[in-house]
Parts: sequence; C-alpha cells; structure tokens
Amino acid sequence: MEFDQTLELAAKASYFLAAVLFILGIKRMASPVTARKGIVQAGIGMVIATLATFAITGGNNLALIVLGIVVGVVPTWLWGKKVAMTDMPQMVALFNGMGGGSAAAIGAGELLKFSDPASGSHSLIIVSLAVLGALIGSVSMTGSVIAWAKLDGRMDKRFNFPGQQVFNFAVFAAAVIAGIALVAWEVNVWLIVAFFVLALAFGVLMTLPIGGADMPVVISLFNALTGLAVAFEGYVMGIEALIVAGMVVGAAGTYLTQLMAKAMNRPISGVLFSNFGGGGSGEAIAGAQKSIEASDAASLLYMAEKVIIVPGYGMAVAQAQHKIWELSQSLIKAGKEVKFAIHPVAGRMPGHMNVLLAEAGVPYDLIADMDDINPEFKTCDVAIVIGANDVVNPAAKTDKSSPIFGMPILDVVNSRQTIVIKRGKGTGFAGIENALFYADNTRLLYADGKEAASQLIAELKAVEGGGGH
Amino acid sequence: MIDGFLALWIFMLSAFTGKEIIGRVPVILHTPLMSGSNFVHGIVLVGAMIALSHAQTTLTQVIGFIGVALGAGNAAGGYVVTERMLEMFKSSKDKK
Repeated sequence: MEFDQTLELAAKASYFLAAVLFILGIKRMASPVTARKGIVQAGIGMVIATLATFAITGGNNLALIVLGIVVGVVPTWLWGKKVAMTDMPQMVALFNGMGGGSAAAIGAGELLKFSDPASGSHSLIIVSLAVLGALIGSVSMTGSVIAWAKLDGRMDKRFNFPGQQVFNFAVFAAAVIAGIALVAWEVNVWLIVAFFVLALAFGVLMTLPIGGADMPVVISLFNALTGLAVAFEGYVMGIEALIVAGMVVGAAGTYLTQLMAKAMNRPISGVLFSNFGGGGSGEAIAGAQKSIEASDAASLLYMAEKVIIVPGYGMAVAQAQHKIWELSQSLIKAGKEVKFAIHPVAGRMPGHMNVLLAEAGVPYDLIADMDDINPEFKTCDVAIVIGANDVVNPAAKTDKSSPIFGMPILDVVNSRQTIVIKRGKGTGFAGIENALFYADNTRLLYADGKEAASQLIAELKAVEGGGGH
Repeated sequence: MIDGFLALWIFMLSAFTGKEIIGRVPVILHTPLMSGSNFVHGIVLVGAMIALSHAQTTLTQVIGFIGVALGAGNAAGGYVVTERMLEMFKSSKDKK
C-alpha cells in the first residue's frame, strides 16, 4: 500500500512538472530564437507525464494501453515527418480532431461507467462536465475531419441546402437536450448513444457550409474547443494537468481565433453562420491593366534601392518560393534592401506564409508583419506582388460598397512602382476587382510564379552584365 | 475528486495564463504556435490512459482504446510537425 501511494505521489509530481514545462515551452515559442527549445521542452513534459501515468494505471489493461499508444504514435509520427509544408493546415486540423476525439472518448467511457446502477450516485458537477467535454470534443473531432477534407481538396464545394441553418440548430438543440437529460434525469445507455450521435453529426453539419477561405478561423476555433474539452474531462478524471494544459490552449486558441477573424474582416459569427461574398461587388474600376516584360521588370529592379516582396498563397501553389528567394539573394548581393511583407492571413492558416518562406531558406529577420512594413511602402522603389490579391486591394480602405471594405491590407499602392506577377487577368479568391492592378504605376507580369521568378533572375543577370541600360 | 471551487480557480488562472503567454507571440510564429498548442492538448492521452485502466467491460475497453490511440496520435503528430516547422526558422545572422 505504501509503495502504491509513493508511486501515485511521484506521478502527481510529474504532472505538475509537465504543466510547468508546457507553459514555459509555449512562452519560449514567443521568439524565433528560443522557439525550437520551447517545443522540445514541452515534448519532454509530455514524455514525463506519459511515463508517470503507468505508475497510476498499474497493471490494469496494460497491454491495451501500450498497444493504443503504439497504434496512435507510429502512423502520425511517420506522416508528420513527411507531410509537405503547404499541407500543414490540414495536418494540424487532423491532429486536433484526434485530441477532440480522445476527450470525447474519455467522456463516453466515464458516462457509461456512471450508467451502471451499481456505481452509486454521482456529483452533478462531474456528470455535467463529462457531458460538456464530450459534446465539445465530439463536435471538434468530426468538424476537424471535415475541415481536413476541405483543405486537402477532398471536398472542395461548400455544401448548402435550404433551411440548413434551422436544421443545424435543431440538431445542436437536440444534442444539448440529450446532454441535459443525462445530467438532470438519468445516465442511460441509449441516451448516451443518442447524445453522441447528435454531437458527432453536429460537428459535420456546422463545418460543411463553411468555405475554404474561412478555414484558418475554423481550425483555430476547433483547436480552442479541443482545449476546453480536455480541460473539462481533466476535471472529471481528477487530473489537474489536463485542466491547466487544456485551459491554457483553450484561452490561447480563443484569442488567436479572434485575432484571425479580425485580420480577415470576418466576425466569427459570420464565418460560422453565413456565406462569403454576400453584399455588394464593389465599384467598377476604370482604366486598363498595363503589362510588362520580364526584361523591363528586371531593369526596374536593377535601378531600385529598396524592394519589398509581397507573397500570397498563389506563390506557394506555384512552388515559387525557392526561386523568389534566389531572386532576392541576387538583389541583396547587388546591394539592395529586400524585405518580405506578410499579411496576417497570407496562406491557409495565420503565419503559414512565414513557414513556407522559412522552408525556402528566407531568414526571419527579412520578413516583416503588416503593421511594421506598411509605413515603409512610401520609401519603396519596387514592390513585387506574387500570388496575393485581396490583401493588397486598396478598395478595402476606399470603397464602402466592396465586400472586403474594412479588412486590413498591405499598402502596396503607396510604393513608387509595383510589379504584379499573375497568371492571367482573373479576379482573386473573393471575386473582387483589384484597383491596385489598374494603378498608373503598376505593371503586370503575366506568367506562372516560378517561371516569372526564373526569368527575372536571368534578366537581372543580363542587365548587370551589360552594365545597365 | 477536486474541490469544485478550487477547480474553478484553476480554470480561471489557467485561462489568463494562456491569454497572456500567447498575446506576446509575433504573427510570424502563429502557425507553429497553433500547432504547438495543438500538441499541448495532446496531454489528454494521460486521461485516456487512466480511463482505459479503469475499463472493465468490453465496450468501455474499446472506447478507452480509441481514446488512447487518438490522444497518442494528437501528441505525437503535433510534436513532429511543430518541431519540423520551428527548425526551419533561421536568422540571416546564423551560419548557413
């Protein structure tokens, strides 16, 4: 007996240590210098906590537990090692869904245990939080799977039908009523089944009508929800580390979600309950787009002193980031100042573009956030926009009838010259005309991103070799 | 069981801690951060392991097993991708 108590005490101490390591780890992620150490620290915390748990579980179902860990760890580890950086958002969505599912499974197991009349009476708080955690975890799991399918291109279309919102609300209300019945009436096996079916279905239903452009907000929201589910089930299981870690993630995720929704100019309720692109289509734009050849664009770059590159997700789709970095390096070698300007929602999750640029080898100190770089466009000789559209559209500041009015943008329009690398004359994701592309000092280089960058590198060499025009 | 009010205190203080430590993270690290916090809630694995160790019927064993596998996947996958991303962030002052 005494030995068991010592083991349990050691396990509890390990959980405490793990929670401290998690918080310190996340805190160290605040700077790119210490970020990697931060995640390693959090990883050590996770290993300590997992090993310590074996002291509490003793020999019960030991083989099943070990097998479950192996089944969970091996495929995700291998998959995570080789997944492409462009596919990171859906990967994070999937791993998050697993966490939600795990929390829901804990809830299901505990509720089934309570349903046994022999288990006696249960505290109202415990049953309530088991139900609440299970509800949130279930929604987060199936919702994340749909988000993964959409981001992975397995389910492109938004799925709409008449009366969808009313139907979704009815399913949600039914799940909540089933949950309340579990708490207030009795913990009954069939009620548990009905509750889970409804909760899992609601996760699917609420994510189906949401379009790909809004997915960054949705992933972040589900991340926060899983955190909450973990915290609630942590209370049910009596493990403080789960409450602390879950709550920290829940609060952080909620904050990130708000930040992102603000950067996209979309209220969270708008993402969840309405469709994109409602309202006006914006004012028509007079004038024509003026094109430019790569050789002339290279001359402009040759004469420039300060160049700001504005990449969007289109650059990543064209796999042009390596070539763009090569171009930047030759510009830097020629003594020019080069910076990258990143919109908060460039890419498919916030900060995604920074990861893609880092992968291409771009040092993070050349990458600037929107607020820092915006005043600098005035002193910029040439801005290169590649694969970005709506985030540089001045209509967001000037045209009240535009659907993107109010969205924070990069002030590329203030640059002395702008070169836009674009495949054709089409509009952006939101289908809105971009006034920047029609501006007097904007030239369009019609080409695939990767090809355009290669041409610019070659032409720049030619101009340098010839001593300029 | 944890005392109700004590739990409420833990919930409240943890929430503020989460908001405070994230509020200082620059935008360039938001993706690894989201992935990193995703990893942190993989601690749910610990709860799933304990739940499975209590399971006595086949049904609860199956559910417990699913919980452990999913939780382990969340933790392992979250760690690998976060570490991979953070490893790529280099300063121009670093040696190539």
